[in-house]
Amino acid sequence: MPAMRVRQAIATALADEMRTDPTVIVFGEDIAAAEGPFKTTEGLLEEFGPIRVRDTPISEMAFTGAAVGAATMGMKPVIEIMFIEFLGVALDQLVTEGAKMRYLSNGKLSVPMVVRASVGGGLGFGGQHSQTLENWVAATPGLKVLSPSDAQSAYSLLRAAIQDPDPVMFLEPRVTYAERGEVDTNLKMEIGKARVVKPGKDLTIVALGQMTNIARQAAATSSTNIEVIDLCTIVPWDKKTVFESVKKTGRLVVVEEQPESGGWGSEIVAAVSAEFFGELKAAPIRITCPNVPVPYNGGLEARFLPNPTEVNYQIDQLMATGKAPQPWWIREGF
Amino acid sequence: MSKGLERRKAILSDPIAQFERAVEIREFENQVNALFASGTIRGTTHLCLGQEALAIGLASVLRTDDPVSATYRSHGIALALGLTTESAMAEIMGKSTGCCGGLGGSMHLCDLELGLLPTSAIIGGGMPIAAGAALAFQIQGNDRVAVAVFGDGATNIGAFHETLNLAAIWKLPVVFICDNNVYAEYSRINLTTPIEDLHIRAESYAMPHYALDGMDIDVVREGIQSAVDRARSGGGPTLIEAKTYRFAGHSRADQALYRPEGELESWKSRDPLLLLEERAKRIGKMRESDVADLKARIAKEIEATVTLCQGAPEPSAKTMFENIWSRKVSQ
Repeated sequence: MPAMRVRQAIATALADEMRTDPTVIVFGEDIAAAEGPFKTTEGLLEEFGPIRVRDTPISEMAFTGAAVGAATMGMKPVIEIMFIEFLGVALDQLVTEGAKMRYLSNGKLSVPMVVRASVGGGLGFGGQHSQTLENWVAATPGLKVLSPSDAQSAYSLLRAAIQDPDPVMFLEPRVTYAERGEVDTNLKMEIGKARVVKPGKDLTIVALGQMTNIARQAAATSSTNIEVIDLCTIVPWDKKTVFESVKKTGRLVVVEEQPESGGWGSEIVAAVSAEFFGELKAAPIRITCPNVPVPYNGGLEARFLPNPTEVNYQIDQLMATGKAPQPWWIREGF
Repeated sequence: MSKGLERRKAILSDPIAQFERAVEIREFENQVNALFASGTIRGTTHLCLGQEALAIGLASVLRTDDPVSATYRSHGIALALGLTTESAMAEIMGKSTGCCGGLGGSMHLCDLELGLLPTSAIIGGGMPIAAGAALAFQIQGNDRVAVAVFGDGATNIGAFHETLNLAAIWKLPVVFICDNNVYAEYSRINLTTPIEDLHIRAESYAMPHYALDGMDIDVVREGIQSAVDRARSGGGPTLIEAKTYRFAGHSRADQALYRPEGELESWKSRDPLLLLEERAKRIGKMRESDVADLKARIAKEIEATVTLCQGAPEPSAKTMFENIWSRKVSQ
């Protein structure tokens, strides 16, 4: 199996889908001639030409809507929102138009489109280029929301997203673009299916995107036997895999890269609490970012993001007391 | 041939059928207004009274495989394109026999067979989608044309400018039709917009543009045909500004008390129905008694439609969970 960087896995998945399906088209800002600011569309213009691989003006609303329209007329557009924050100006087209097309056409229209966007912190991009905004899109019926954590899942999930007949939001953790991993191009991953990336017996961590890697690092050094689940899909999330794991371990920790309020992890904790009420060995908890914008300063950004040290502190406390520990910003009186 | 397609074919060239359709739209809207006023229908509605000639002119020029992305004020466009009065009225009443199964309502009409994309209730929302449909046609190499119809208010929203620029730079086969009915919701267009002729905004996108008299169906047809021909033959997009007038308020809650005195009356002297009637008499040789008979017949038909739709079944709760995704996923 070849080792690829995540950005290469994405470009390879795009190219493989474009070779397989002539209706797949790719457009976005600087994705053609410049091959994308993160080089996630490398080689596409050269191989597939300017009809199928297009640079757009800096007009997210227009080109997101154009993807919706093209999808209703038989194409499979994959568009790139360079930073997820730029989705703000295009949200109408995704949430209010694209996600409603099937419903408001009484089932006659499909919108097989993928919106790729880079997400997350850790690179020093500051308050307007470091968010995940996962919860924005997760709250819209009609959208599917995926986030890969490594090269394999980037490749396999992106192919699944492009093949899917519904609009898919594909959130790519920026910090992982340069990371290498082995990719089996024959490995299929399904939307709505989580991966157990590290088996364990005593505690379940559910994580997404780059938090999966944080959870793995924490698990590798923890004295607790931790099972790590890479959720992969936020909507529709894989209840079966999560429930099976929690049934076994009796303990749940969700690690999320977004502010505490309104996160998708609350859905997981609520569902697990309802399903296993009275059977859990400890309070199900979430480890999140604080309710503040992403700070630029390197030291502060590192504290802002969930990290292995904090994850292990929380887990140690939880194992010892069974009660939900306070997050660091409460412990430190902020 | 479905009833919708037959209805579409009927209005392609026959001046009497075009007049008849205009009478139908007028009567339909008046009935909708009355049903809302009496509380028979819930929610809100946006009437197209005074804008019938544009709807019928547009429908008579387009092919049924040319998709139209229109707005929440599109009962007239939907009926002109061929949607049956039963399908439209049932939808507005929220009945299962409506074109969206009763889950859309007045602002969300749709019939793909006739080229009617789901109408958007977001100002400017349909414009990028029409451009995207046109992008698909360009890539597929066919000669279909996409159309976006939107109001004067949409010319101040970002989607308008972004879409015009994108369509121009990609030379997309799309026709943009601004139905300038003078009022953007409750505000006269001059209060919110520093220019009178909205079509000139296309100048900055190097796009052909012109205004036309939206009350006169022959002018409408000629103007739209020319833009459609350009788009179909690879000449790219056009912005047309149809000068019309909204005879009713913005929505059912609006009495439109803000109009300058005499403005409505002045526009009503060029009511598209009067012009279409005169034309039907001139070209179609209709007689005065024919006109009276036609109006009486349509009034009866719409009344029968209302009765029929009132008796139509409500949608089941199950339908609420359908058509979210391609395949139902239990969540």
